[in-house]
This record gives sequence, C-alpha cells and structure tokens, in this order.
Amino acid sequence: MKFSEQWLREWVNPQLSTEALAEQLSMAGLEVDGVEPVAGEFTGVVVGQVVACEQHPNADKLRVTKVDIGADEHLDIVCGASNCRTGIKVAVATVGAVLPGDFKIKKSKLRGEPSHGMLCSSSELELSDEHDGILELPADAPIGEDFRVWLGLNDSTLDIDLTPNRADCLGVKGLAREVGVLNQLDVREPEIKAVASTINDQRAIHLKAPDGCPRYLGRVIRNLDVTVASPLWLQERLRRSGIRSIDPVVDVTNYVLLELGHPMHGFDLDAINGDVQVRWAQDKEQITLLDGQTVTLQDDVLLIADEQKPLAMAGIFGGEGSGVTSDTKHIFLESAFFAPDAIMGRARRFGLHTDASHRYERGVDPELQATAMERATALILSICGGEAGPIVEAKSSDHLPKPAQITLRASRLTRLLGISVPAQDVENMLARLGFAVTKSAEGWEVVVPTYRFDIAIEEDLIEEVARVYGYNNIPTEAPQAALRMQRTEESEVSLRVFKQSLMAQGYQEAITYSFVDPKHQALLYPELPALTLPHPISVDMSSMRLGLWPGLLAAAGYNQKRQQPNVRLFESGLRFVPDAEAENGIRQEPMLAGVITGSVQGEHWADGTRPVDFYDVKGHVERLLAVTGAAHEFRFVAEAHTALHPGQSAGVYRGDTLVGFVGGLHPQYEKTFGIKGRAFVFELALNVIRARGIPTAGVISRYPSIRRDIAIVVDQQVLAGNILESIRKVGANQLVDLNLFDVYTGANLPENKKSLAIALTLQAADRTLEDSEVNALMETVVQILKDEFNAVLRDS
Amino acid sequence: MDLQANLAEILAAGKAAANAAVTPADIEDVRVEFMGKKGKLTEQLKSLGKLSQEERPKAGQLINQVKQELQDLLNERRDALKDAELNARLEAERIDVTLAGRMAQYGGVHPVTRTIQRIEDYFGQLGFAVKEGPEVEDDFHNFDALNIPAQHPARADHDTFYFTPQTMLRTQTSGVQIRTMEVEKPPLRIISPGRVYRNDYDQTHTPMFHQVEGLMVDKNVSFTELKGILHDFLHHFFEEDLDIRFRPSYFPFTEPSAEVDVRRKDGKWLEVLGCGMVHPNVLKAVGIDPEEYTGFAFGMGVERLTMIRYGVNDLRAFFENDLRFLKQFS
Repeated sequence: MKFSEQWLREWVNPQLSTEALAEQLSMAGLEVDGVEPVAGEFTGVVVGQVVACEQHPNADKLRVTKVDIGADEHLDIVCGASNCRTGIKVAVATVGAVLPGDFKIKKSKLRGEPSHGMLCSSSELELSDEHDGILELPADAPIGEDFRVWLGLNDSTLDIDLTPNRADCLGVKGLAREVGVLNQLDVREPEIKAVASTINDQRAIHLKAPDGCPRYLGRVIRNLDVTVASPLWLQERLRRSGIRSIDPVVDVTNYVLLELGHPMHGFDLDAINGDVQVRWAQDKEQITLLDGQTVTLQDDVLLIADEQKPLAMAGIFGGEGSGVTSDTKHIFLESAFFAPDAIMGRARRFGLHTDASHRYERGVDPELQATAMERATALILSICGGEAGPIVEAKSSDHLPKPAQITLRASRLTRLLGISVPAQDVENMLARLGFAVTKSAEGWEVVVPTYRFDIAIEEDLIEEVARVYGYNNIPTEAPQAALRMQRTEESEVSLRVFKQSLMAQGYQEAITYSFVDPKHQALLYPELPALTLPHPISVDMSSMRLGLWPGLLAAAGYNQKRQQPNVRLFESGLRFVPDAEAENGIRQEPMLAGVITGSVQGEHWADGTRPVDFYDVKGHVERLLAVTGAAHEFRFVAEAHTALHPGQSAGVYRGDTLVGFVGGLHPQYEKTFGIKGRAFVFELALNVIRARGIPTAGVISRYPSIRRDIAIVVDQQVLAGNILESIRKVGANQLVDLNLFDVYTGANLPENKKSLAIALTLQAADRTLEDSEVNALMETVVQILKDEFNAVLRDS
Repeated sequence: MDLQANLAEILAAGKAAANAAVTPADIEDVRVEFMGKKGKLTEQLKSLGKLSQEERPKAGQLINQVKQELQDLLNERRDALKDAELNARLEAERIDVTLAGRMAQYGGVHPVTRTIQRIEDYFGQLGFAVKEGPEVEDDFHNFDALNIPAQHPARADHDTFYFTPQTMLRTQTSGVQIRTMEVEKPPLRIISPGRVYRNDYDQTHTPMFHQVEGLMVDKNVSFTELKGILHDFLHHFFEEDLDIRFRPSYFPFTEPSAEVDVRRKDGKWLEVLGCGMVHPNVLKAVGIDPEEYTGFAFGMGVERLTMIRYGVNDLRAFFENDLRFLKQFS
C-alpha cells in the first residue's frame, strides 16, 4: 500500500525523519518497501495567472502570453500547450528556475518573441507521466506563491508491503494508530460530522445473506454534477497513493478507502429497480462486470442486486450498467460490512483483485460503515453539490462479529518470549493499540477492537507485546535442551559418501529441474505415463521427471555446446512415477544418476584421447557400490531399457531386486540432447543401494593359496558374467579370487568364437590344498563349463 | 725372482687391472684373477709351504699386505663403479615431472549442496536430525496443518503449482515438520532441507529452489532461544559478526513471527530467514498439547544464502549446470 507521508503526519507527527519513520514502521512489522519523492527536484516555480494569451505571429502552434506572478510586471512567456488560455492559473518556472533533469530556465526568444519563463506541465515537474498540456491550477491558487510549498510537494510516498494479517493498516487511520503507539503519541483524527439529510429519498435494503453481509448502509444523493473535476488537493492525495483520478464520486470513495481503509461503492440510482438486496448468487447466475467481462457465478458469491438483476459482485467489483457515469444525476452510495469468509478467494477465482476485495477478504472494521458514509457524503456534496437523503441501515446483529475476549497470562507471556515485560508496559501498549485491558489474577482480560481480525488467541496478543516492545530489544539466549544422541545407522551408507565416491571419480554434481520436457520423456520412457503440471512455466518444463536422465542429458548437451566436451555429471533427487497404490497417487523415489561423455581424461600427453565407453561408467558404478562393502551382492545383467543402446545396457541387481540401469544412451537420442559422441549413463535407486552390511570378522587362512589358469573357447554370445558365476558356484568357499584376465578373438579361432582366460585362486582355511584336490576341482569346473556353455579348453 | 719382486709385479698388474675395470663385474673378474682359488696371490700363499720355518711368517705377512692393498683398491673401485652405474641409470630414467598426471580430475558438489551440508553440520552439532519428505504434497501437509486453510489469502501468495485442488508441488518444506510430528513426539529437533516450487520465473525467481526449515519443540522453548540459535547460525555461516535484525512479520504457522535481515557490506539490510514460535494450531493439528510444549521454527532460502556467501549474482546459474560455474565450488 502506498500513502503520503504528509497525510499520515496530519494524523500523527512524530519527531522523526522520513528514513527513521520508515525504519520504525519496518521494525514494527509494517515493512516499508520504498520511499519515493512525490515530485521531481525543482526550484523557482511559482503560481501564476495567464492574463493575456494570443496567437504567436510566426508560429501556428505557439501562443504569446502575459503571466501575472504577483511581481511588478507581467512576464512574457511563449507557450505551446493547446489548453493555454486567458484566466487560468498555472505553474510558472521563472527565469533562474531549475527543473528536474537539471534543466535551467533562461531568458530566450522563440521565433522572435521574448519568453521569460515557462508554463509547466505535470510531467515536466515529474508529478505524473501525463503530457496533455500545462497544469491548470484551481482558481483560488494564490498568485506568486512558491508552487512546491503551496502544493506541499516536499512529501514522500511510502510503499508498505503489508502482511495479510494487518488489514487494519490498509488506511491512514490504521497506520496513524500504529505510529501513535510506537511513539506514545495521541492521534489527531479529523472530525467527521454527520451530514443532515435534506431530502427524504431512500431505498429499502434487504439482507438476504446476513452471514455474508450483516451490515449494509445505503444513502441516496440527488442532483449531483459528476462532470466537475475533483479538487487538486484530493487528486494529489490519490496520486501520491498511486491512484488515478477518475470522477468525483469514484475519487471520493477511493479517498475514504485510503483514509479510513473502508471500501465504498457508488451506484447510479436510476439503474436500480426498486429495493436493494444483498444475496448469494444463484448457481450459474451471470453478471457483466465493469470491465465488460461476463462471469458465471456459484452460489457462494455474494451479490448486490435490485429486484430484477445483479448490480455488483459484493465487496469485489461493480457491475456494468449500474455504475456512475458522466450522465449520472443521482447516486446510491454503499457502505457495507462483508464478512471475510464471504469474500475470501472469490476475487481470485475470477482472476480479479481489487482494492475492495483485498480489504474485505482480510477484514474491514464492522463498526466503521457510518463514519465512512458520512465522510464520503460530505466530500461528494462539497464537490458535486446535490442533496443527501437519510442513511438507511440494514443489519443483523446476530451475524456481526463479536469482539473477541482473550485471557493473557503473564506466565505464558514470559514463557513464550523468554523475557518478563513489566505489567504497566503491557497494559499501555495494548491500550494504545485499542484493546480494552482489565487486570486479572493470572494477567489480563483483553477485549479485541473490532478492526483487529488477526487477534484471536493468546499468542496473537503476545506477538503484539513483543512487536511494540521491539524484537531487537529482546535478548538472545542459547537454547536449553536435554543432551540426547542421535541415532546414526551403521547399516546405512549416507548420501554424502556416495557423492564423495563420484566426486573422487571426477563427477560434478548437477541440480536440474524436477519438471522436464515431455517430448524427452516420451522418447526415453515411452512406456511410462508421467505426472503433468496443468499450469507449467512453459511446456518444456511441464512433465514431472520419471528418472534423472532427461535433466542430466540436457545438462551434458548444454555444456558440450559451450566448449566443454568432456562431461561427468551426477545428480541425486526424486523421480516421480504415477502409482495408484502410493500416497497421493505418486511414487517419489530418491535416485542417484550420472552421465559421462567425451573422452576419459581429455587429451592426455601419454594416454592420448580415449572416448569413454561402457566399461568406464560400469567401473564408476562398481566403485560407487563398493562403498556399501557388499559389492559381491550386486550383479550386472544384460537387460534392455528403452533409453539405452540394446547391446550396451545392463540392469543392476542386488539379489533379486532391480536397483537400476547402466548403459550407453541409445544413439538415436544423442541428437535430441545435443550430445556429440557417445554418452553413458547410470541410475540407481538410493533406498536399495544404501544398505550396508555390518562386517563379521573371519579367520585369515595361514596356508598358501594356489593359482590355476584356464583358457576356454566359447561362442561370442556367451556372457562372461554367467561363466564366472558358474565357476563361483563350483568353487564354493575354497575359491578366494576369480579373475577373467583376457578376452581374445581373431586369428587361430573359428569365427564367432572367443577365448577367455580365467585365473582361479584357491585356498583352504585349515590346511594346504593338495594337488589332487585342486586338480579334481579344476576338472569339475571344466566339465561344468562344457555342459553349460559348450566351452572347450583352448590348446596351449 | 725373489718374492718381493714377484709381489710387486702382481700388485702392479692387479692395480692396472682394477683401474681398467669398467663395471662392477670387471672388478669381480679381477678379484678372481688375483684372489680366487687359483688367483695369482692365492698361488703365492700356496707356495709358502716351500719356504723355511723362519722365512714363512715374513713372506706370509708380505703377501697378505699386498692382498689387503689390492682388496682395498678393488672395494674402492667397485663402490665407485656401482655408484657410477646407479647414477647413469638414474640419469637415464630422468623424466619431466611437470607433465600432467593420469586421471587427475576431481569433481565437486553443487554449491547449493555445499550450503545445505554446512547448515546440516551446524544444526547437527546441536542434535538436530535431518528429515526429508515428498515433493508432491497434499493440501493437508502443505497448507491446512500449517494453519493455512483453503481461501486464506496466504495461499494466493504462494504461486502454487497445483496438480489437482488437493495435490501440488510443495511450496515449502514445512510439510516435513508436520509429517515428523505425526509420528514422533517431543522433544523434537529437526531440520528439513529440500527442493520447493513456486510458479514464478524471472531474474530473481526460479520455479524450483531450496529451503532448509528447522523446528525445535520442547517444554520451555522461547523466543529468546530462537534469536540465540539464529544469531549463532548466521555468525557461523558467514564466519563474520555481521549485524542481524529481527523484524516482526507474518506466517500463518508461527506466532509471533519474524523475518531476519543481515546487513551487507554496502549497509543495506537483506532478508535471509523467516522464523517464529510455532502456532498452537499447528501443534494441535498433530496432537501436541501447546500448553505442555512450545516450539520455534525457521526457514531459509538456500540459494539466497549461497549467493551472499560466494558472490553469485545470477540465481538462474544454479540450474544451468554449466561446468565452468560448478567447478568453481570444487
């Protein structure tokens, strides 16, 4: 909310600079976002009157004027504004004046005519952006008076970012109350007198939705002239609060809105058929609003209506055809209390947000309607003339909010804040804020003023005390608590350890958006439906990720486009898999994933440039999984994945549980992500890889181990992993190491055959193995390999 | 020829041979030639038997003298040749140690993670456990239980990404507090770091960012303690005794509520935290008696803290994952 500092100081004027005042408000919870001067920097501008205005002899668009500024002689000034004419009062920049932008006014000649000054427009003085002609001042503007002083332009606009609980400060009245409390000053409220009715015209009002509108005041004012402009002082106050002048009725209701924080609405009396009613809309009832849009309502939207049609969306927006126009002669003025519950969320539902809805949904003082009505009536009559009828009030006392009564315990106050505030101070602070305070045995009984919708419980009062006491005056203290150790599970590897393993292998951590391009997901995971954001930032950020690869691959491509060809990135985070069984229909699983592309270590002087391959990423994963201390529990099984090269893709299993995948990105998707060369990826379910075995120490054999090598020839398609697994089964606990150390294809071998060289290391815990035992075991191994894989021993 | 002359000749020949040796193996050859089983000096010793009883000791002494002299020379030459050989080998094996090593890359965590880990460490020292929760949340955990009922104006401030009216991407990690309090009873000390989402994208907003929220619930937790812990945290985090101020603010889930600013080097205050005493309605929503327990909660934007700490100017850099940016934090 923007407001004029000067206006506030009329109500309460602490001896504080603008900056100190802004700081004080911020520190009381009314955060000042900005302080702006209400006009540009200028000097030497005075009020003048055009006493002669004639056509310039040499220029069609210029006029030659004589201007009275109260000096001995009239000034000759050439002016180009079309609204310049004899008799008007104007803002005159005299010779020597400096206007905003360091623009100095000098004696000059324009097309041969002397010009000793300038008639100013509002934009030239940085009062507004309007460019239509020079400023026209009211007839009573005092000739010769310094313009700045006369219009009170040494003023600032304070922009306060009010939190939603402080609706009571959405008007100068409320802000003044706060400033009064903070400085212990009394607030000078302007006197608002009742306007006596001069006519008897009135409209009956029917409260058909008393829960939504328990109080409604209406007043008829006849014979207005709404074509006159609002007085400059009023326009200025609105301008300094960021509101444009429209017509006198709207200006006055806006003025009351700013001053008292109370929204009002003016209807064209002739547009109202019969009595006025406040009622809930019928379901699917339609109303055309002031901005021309027609909306279809639900039965929880409150309406102002006449006997035939809706007139306005109550507390939110006026209807088309019932508002004040330049033809309006008679008005019906509304000053109502709408319950916050009846307004909350409704404006947003229709994409609306108005000053009125903003206030009503947060809470407007239910006792302020008559004051607002009298204030507005007096102002309208003074500007537009006319005759006011009596105020008609419809109210439902049962539905009006009752002032809350709260017990504030001194002990609770001390316990929650950690300090003890003297009772006298508590009472003073609350009383100035408008609370009725009575002492009780435990502390105080407090009655909340009707304008404080945010105060409902004891803690709310404690905050008020703390706020006025000053948060910064409350000391700091180390928290007290019982020392209790936190459980840390040794059987669980922390994410940090996995991250360290990947970092040690040259990976940088990435953080990519959880929503990705649906086109990418459809390619990588064509069989999985994804959760889609109905209102995303953009379409390519609309699909909740089914895995971490889309984001990582895009990041890899992003880097390669920026001259970073060698990429190693990892990420940890949730993937989102729709699943009717899961909470909220979505399985949210923490994953750890990575991508590598480019060469293994750039261009190395000794090792050259070797592009990364499957065994690089597999090695990274093996090393990563080794931190579980249970590497032997993991198996890599040739298994297809829609995102991966069908011949370079492995499922990673822990026991029988699929943990994730390792593989080469399917070549047809390299271009999709802008990746040059091959990319290899992995993704593992963190919850499955986290488990770590607790070691059980065994006996280290004191007997020598025996190594035996075999070379076998098998079909190319036979997987080494399967062979090793079979050998392991035979070797049982005597096989302490098993290593496939050579793969050979080519000369001396039939086509489609390969030779594998495997070393078995055998050892017993309790004795030296006999040659005969070892030979027997090796024979069994060879026989099994022959049976299962059609393997033959290679002649050596 | 008499013995002396003989020995002189042998010694001269031995010295010449020793000096002519090029490798330690040559020295060994010389040793065998003169002192081996059939060596020239050995032969001399063998011939001692032919001498008379009186001549023998003197002759033996002479021979042994020569033998010792030659042996010393051989030892000396062997050592010299060994040294030379080793030096030659070492010289031959000299390499350019300034060339790059193999597999020298080391990665690093993302700066956001770095900040989160520091925060976890500070609060971990005080016994705060790290809790995580789902990012697709329901309105109970994201709003209702946090004292933000439907229609509450605070909901409009959240720019929520809704899936349905009841499910959304969480706008804050406070839901984790609720989920924790649903299953654990006080005393409680937790922090919950993680991703949060708001439908807003410009120079100073990204639709996803990170928060760390903290919660402490115990018998007598007070506002002075909240101030104390956050003062300590900010001083430790920035490793500087910077000015800190607490400003009253409003969050539906805390009462009293505050925002915390730090004063930057240019003298301007910058908001870094929101906090307050846990609202009784929040405690009630999870079955904790607010008369028995009080608590405080705080929440901080990780990107904001990271930007201040490391001088990052563009928020969006955090999610572009440019390696040149990331490597600065290795």
